[in-house]
Amino acid sequence: MILSVTHVTTYRYDAPVRGAVQSLRLTPSLCDGQRVIRWQIGVEGGMRGAAFRDGAGDWIESWSLRGPATEIAVSVSGEVATTDMAGVLRGHREQVPPEVYLRDTASTRSEAGLVDLAHAGIEGATGALDRAHRLAAAVAEAVAYKPGATEAHTTAAEALALGEGVCQDHAHVLIACARLLETPARYVSGYLEAGSDMAQEAAHAWAELWIEGLGWVGFDPANACCPDTRYIRLGSGLDAQDAAPVRGVARGRVTESLDVSVAVAAVQQ
Amino acid sequence: MTTTYFNEMYDGGAVRPPYARLQDWMQSMPAELRQMKQAEAETLFRRIGITFAVYGEGGDPDRLIPFDMFPRVFLQEEWRRLERGIKQRARALNAFLVDVYGRGEIVRAGRIPSRLVYRNEAYEKAVAGFVPPRGVYSHIVGIDIVRTGPNDFYVLEDNCRTPSGVSYMLENREIMMRMFPGLFQSNRIEPVDGYSDLLRRTLASVAPAKCDRDPVIVILTPGHFNSAYYEHSFLADLMGVELVEGADLFVEHGFVWMRTTEGPKKVDVIYRRIDDSFLDPLCFRPDSMLGVPGLMDVYRSGGVTICSAPGAGVADDKAVYTFVPDMVRFYLGEEPILQNVPTWQCGKADDLKHVLANLPELVVKEVHGSGGYGMLVGPKATKEQIAVFADRIKADPGNYIAQPTLALSTVPTFVDEGVAPRHVDLRPYCLVGERIELVPGGLTRVALTEGSLVVNSSQGGGVKDTWVLAE
Repeated sequence: MILSVTHVTTYRYDAPVRGAVQSLRLTPSLCDGQRVIRWQIGVEGGMRGAAFRDGAGDWIESWSLRGPATEIAVSVSGEVATTDMAGVLRGHREQVPPEVYLRDTASTRSEAGLVDLAHAGIEGATGALDRAHRLAAAVAEAVAYKPGATEAHTTAAEALALGEGVCQDHAHVLIACARLLETPARYVSGYLEAGSDMAQEAAHAWAELWIEGLGWVGFDPANACCPDTRYIRLGSGLDAQDAAPVRGVARGRVTESLDVSVAVAAVQQ
Repeated sequence: MTTTYFNEMYDGGAVRPPYARLQDWMQSMPAELRQMKQAEAETLFRRIGITFAVYGEGGDPDRLIPFDMFPRVFLQEEWRRLERGIKQRARALNAFLVDVYGRGEIVRAGRIPSRLVYRNEAYEKAVAGFVPPRGVYSHIVGIDIVRTGPNDFYVLEDNCRTPSGVSYMLENREIMMRMFPGLFQSNRIEPVDGYSDLLRRTLASVAPAKCDRDPVIVILTPGHFNSAYYEHSFLADLMGVELVEGADLFVEHGFVWMRTTEGPKKVDVIYRRIDDSFLDPLCFRPDSMLGVPGLMDVYRSGGVTICSAPGAGVADDKAVYTFVPDMVRFYLGEEPILQNVPTWQCGKADDLKHVLANLPELVVKEVHGSGGYGMLVGPKATKEQIAVFADRIKADPGNYIAQPTLALSTVPTFVDEGVAPRHVDLRPYCLVGERIELVPGGLTRVALTEGSLVVNSSQGGGVKDTWVLAE
C-alpha cells in the first residue's frame, strides 16, 4: 500500500519567543515493510542542525529558529510504500540491547492493578507470542477508547484505574504489563491510516514487545491488531515522552498552545 | 578485639623514610607557633574563598573544611606502584564504558550480570552505539583509595562522572608552600601545579573530529549556588577557559555556540559539572533549566565533546564496582594492581544472610548514596541503630552493599593536645585523553575526630597536603 502523510504541528505563543530549538523524530524507520518514496520535514523560518541515526535506529533532526516569533510550524509531508510484516520489525539496525526496555519510567510504573491485569491476561497462554497477543487483547478490554478522558501525563496505572484512554494509554498499559512479566517492551510512535472515522488517531502510537526468536513485534491494543500496511513507524522509546516525535523548547516566558493536524491516506493507484 | 592500624610515619619507634625530615619540623613547632600558623592558614583559605563541601556532601556551603598542616607523604617507589594501579583502573573503566555502549562483550561473556548494566539507571540509552572521541567516556577519574599496610592499598570507590575536590589538592599545596617555604627546600617534593595544563591538554585532545583548529573549551557549571562553584571558577581561571552556565550556550547549525560580547563563538569541548539528567531538556529531564536544549543532538552527531561523556555513570555504580577487577582482567589481560574491598551485595540471598548476621562488624552503604549519608558503620553504631538499619536493608536489599570495616592507615595530625595519629584516605585524579596522566599527588582527607574512620567533610573530616617525594 502507498500511504501519503501530511502532518503539521503548530505551536502558538501569547507573546514573541526569543528563539526555539527542536529535536524531531519524524522520519520513517529504515526497516523491511516500509519504503520512503518521498519525505520532507520543514520548520518555517527554521535552520536545520544536527541530523543522525541514534542507537535505537531512529533518524533524529535538530532544528533551531531565531526569534522573535509567535508561531512555529513543523510540517511533514511524504509518501511511504508499505508491505505487511505481520507486526514483526525486520531489517531494522539498532544497538540498544532489548534488556534496557525492562526499565520502568514514571509513565509505566507498576501498581497492583497492572500486576493483576498482566497475570490474568496471560492465563492459559502457550508460548511467548501467544502471551503477547493475549496481553494486548486484555489491555484493549480493560481500557476503552475514549478521547479526552486522559492527558499527556496520565500514567499507565491511572489510565487502567480509569478504564478509558487513547492510544498512548493503551501502549503505556501494555508496556507496563509486559515489563512486569520480564518482557522487554517499548513505546512506538508513528502514523496510522485509520479511515475518516478515526482521524484523531492518525498520529498514532503502539507498543513493541521483544519475543525471543522473532525480535521486536508490534502490538496495537487500540485497534486489536499488529501493525500492518496501514502503519508507518517513526521511532521508539521507553515511554511516550522518550519516543516523542517532537521535543522542543522555546526561549521566553510565554504560554504555549498546540495545534496538530494529521492526514494519512491511502494513495489511489 | 583491638585492631592495629598502619601508622604511615612510625614503624614502632622508628620514623619511616618518607617522613624522615618531618620529625624535626614537627618538634621545632611549639604550640603557640602552631596555633599562629593554623590561624594564618585559615585566613588564607578564607581569602581565597574556598569554602565548599567536597563531593557534594551538602552542609553549610560557607563552612571552611579544616586544613591540617601536617602533610601526608609517599616515597617515589610507593607512588609509582599506586600510579600504575590507578592508570590501569582508569583504562579498564573506559574500556568497559565503550564496550557496554557498543557490543557488550563483557555481558555476553557472562563476566557481569546484564541487569546490573542495562537496567542500571545510569545507563543512558541515548548514547548506545555512540563512541566518543578517542573512545573516552570518563576523562577525569577520581579513585578513592585507603591504605591498610605498607603495600596494601584498597580502592573504596571509583568516580567516573565529575569528581570534585581537585581544587583542594592545588590550594593545600599552594598554602603549604606559602607558609613553610623551608619545608620545600629540605624536601624534594614533586609538584602538582601542572594539573591545570594537563587537564587542558586532556580536554583539547578529545575535541570532535569536526574541529579543525585549536579547540575552544568551556566549563559548564550549574551556577553559583552549587556547592562546588568555587572549584568550577578556579579551574576555568587556571586553564584560561570560559566558565559558562546553560543560558550562555545555544545550539544552531549542528554546533554549540557561546554568547560573547563579540558575537557567537563556536565551542568544541564542554567540561560539564552538571549531571546527565540536567544536560539537555530535549533528551533528558524536560523540566531542566540548567542545560542546553539540543546539546545531545549536537554531541551525538559529532559536533561537540562532552566531558565526562553522558552515560559514564554506569561504571562507578557501587554494585558495578565489585566487577572492576574483572574488567581489568577482561579488557587488559592484566592482574589488577589495586585491590577492591571485599563487598557483599545484599541483593544476593547468601550475601544478605552474612550481612545481617555480622552487622556490628560491617560498613553498609546505599548503592547510589554518597557523602557518608545513608550509611551504617557497624562498630560505631548502637544496638538500636543496627536494628533500625537491619529493617531498612530487609525492606530493599538490592539497594545496599556491605564491606568489612577497614583499618585505615593513620598520619600524624595536629590536634589540640599536640600531634596525634588520625585516619586518612586518598583521592588522586587521573586524566584520560590521548594519553593517561596523573599528577604526583591527590587529595588526602583526614578524620579529625579521634578513632573516627569517616573522613567525609560533612562528618568532621579535614584535608591535608599530599606529597610525593622525588628520588
